[in-house]
Amino acid sequence: MLFGRIVKFYMDGFRRMTLGRTLWCIILLKLFIMFAVLKAFFFPAYLQGNEQEKSQTVSEELTNRLISE
Amino acid sequence: MDAIDSSLVDWSRAQFALTAMYHWIFVPLTLGLGVIMAIMETLYVRTGREFWKQTAKFWMKLFGINFAMGVATGIILEFEFGTNWSNYSWFVGDIFGAPLAIEGIVAFFMESTFIAIMYFGWNKVGKGAHLASTWLTIIGATLSAWWILVANAWMQYPVGMEFNPDTVRNEMVDFAAVALSPVAVVKFCHTVTSSWVLGAMFVVGVSCWYLLRGRHTDFAKASIRVACWFGLVAALLTAHTGHQSGRDIALHQPMKLAAAEGLYEGGTSQGLVLGGVLTPGVDWAAPTEQNRFLFQVEMPCALSFLATHELDGYVPGIRNLLEGGYPLLAGGVVLSAGEKMQRGRTAIAALATYRTSRDAAEKQVALKTLRANFDCFGYGYLKSPAELVPNVPLTFYSFRIMVMLGGYFIALFAGLLLLGKYIMRWKWALLLIVLTTPLAWLASQAGWVVAEVGRQPWAIQGLLPNVAAISRLDVGSVQTTFFIFLGLFTLLLVAEVSIMACAIATGPETDNTAA
Repeated sequence: MLFGRIVKFYMDGFRRMTLGRTLWCIILLKLFIMFAVLKAFFFPAYLQGNEQEKSQTVSEELTNRLISE
Repeated sequence: MDAIDSSLVDWSRAQFALTAMYHWIFVPLTLGLGVIMAIMETLYVRTGREFWKQTAKFWMKLFGINFAMGVATGIILEFEFGTNWSNYSWFVGDIFGAPLAIEGIVAFFMESTFIAIMYFGWNKVGKGAHLASTWLTIIGATLSAWWILVANAWMQYPVGMEFNPDTVRNEMVDFAAVALSPVAVVKFCHTVTSSWVLGAMFVVGVSCWYLLRGRHTDFAKASIRVACWFGLVAALLTAHTGHQSGRDIALHQPMKLAAAEGLYEGGTSQGLVLGGVLTPGVDWAAPTEQNRFLFQVEMPCALSFLATHELDGYVPGIRNLLEGGYPLLAGGVVLSAGEKMQRGRTAIAALATYRTSRDAAEKQVALKTLRANFDCFGYGYLKSPAELVPNVPLTFYSFRIMVMLGGYFIALFAGLLLLGKYIMRWKWALLLIVLTTPLAWLASQAGWVVAEVGRQPWAIQGLLPNVAAISRLDVGSVQTTFFIFLGLFTLLLVAEVSIMACAIATGPETDNTAA
């Protein structure tokens, strides 16, 4: 019954929100933009492959890197 | 050797700085305002007066708006670690991952559980339980900050790890050394107490606006009283922890201290520059005939005392740090930048040999060489010692902005506590306080500029400069995301300020009868 009371507590709280509704809309929109747009299209994982391949890539980067003039 | 375009380094830094500075608009207000609203609710529970309940509820409403706007802005920083700073992310390994994971868990479970009770539970749980939830919400937020600052402190002072050349990662060997590093402790205390000052300034500023408009006057005066006491204590603690932080910088990042002080030529009995103007266009990495200051006001011996706790202590300047050769208190002589760069190149070459050699004996020798020179690993990526000098004017002026504004806040809080009944009648003074409220954000951001610009060129002090830490991306794509973020963040900020302004204009639901 405790679980039911907790669910009811949250549902009542969300139902009675006024300003909170606007804030939740903004939060959900922001999360959508971050995960479905920015993460998906602008932030691919740069290091690919298994752990060994990743360490090999970083190793090559770190041992061969030099800044240009 | 593969070259990295230097503009890629600049744009990657700019994008990260933009995201971090935007994130830091919300965080200090959450930490500061959270404690103030909890104090007000405590007053309600202790006195039983409805006035304090409505006062706490109003500030809680503004806290909620700020919390909602700030939530998840830090996630973009984590995206950037994976995409723009992949070498860095791999190199730091679990040392950065563990605190961030703990932060995520604490933030999710503690804040999301208790914040719900705080907002939904006013008439559903007892007074004591509600108050406990309010305090636990802000304690949860503060603990989240702890873990983030542990990660940041490790970048400034890497401890408790061992580099594994097989995985090319730093592996944590001493969790306590990382989590309780003296730099992390001081950084946490300084950052949190300065956030409390910002929260207090926000409450004072909003309250003064009500007084200026002649609305909710009792509510405003009571809020100012609480915020000023809290803000004054916090500002004095910030000054004290700032002194501790200066000592840490002197010990572990002397170049940052030299840049913050515009100190080219070090020595004993060094004075602290209270104020001054740097000569524009001076090359801070090379000797010059020009005077480096157009003018300066110094407090004699204060810098030596700050750095060494002795009035005649030795403080190295930029030239000394580049040339080395001065004795350390612990014994030994400091290496020159050139010698460190040579050791760094030896370490990088040893890593390459270790990774490619199939001869066990050769690998063993390479490993030994790498371990012996690893403390200078990052210096191997530098082309010239001049790269070790950060942007001196930006660090110097940011430091002074932070300190001067800190002094202003102390004077303001003390002035309002001592002479509040007069000041609150002077419209010009109220207007001045309202207009100077945003300076709390300026001081907070300036503090981070000192911390982060002053430690350049390092992503991890001594071990990994930015040029080695960034991913090999197309500069255009980093520029594009920079401007996308700039637009997105501006839109979100406008939304937040609008919603916040509406809530402030509506005002609290108090009956304007002070306790």
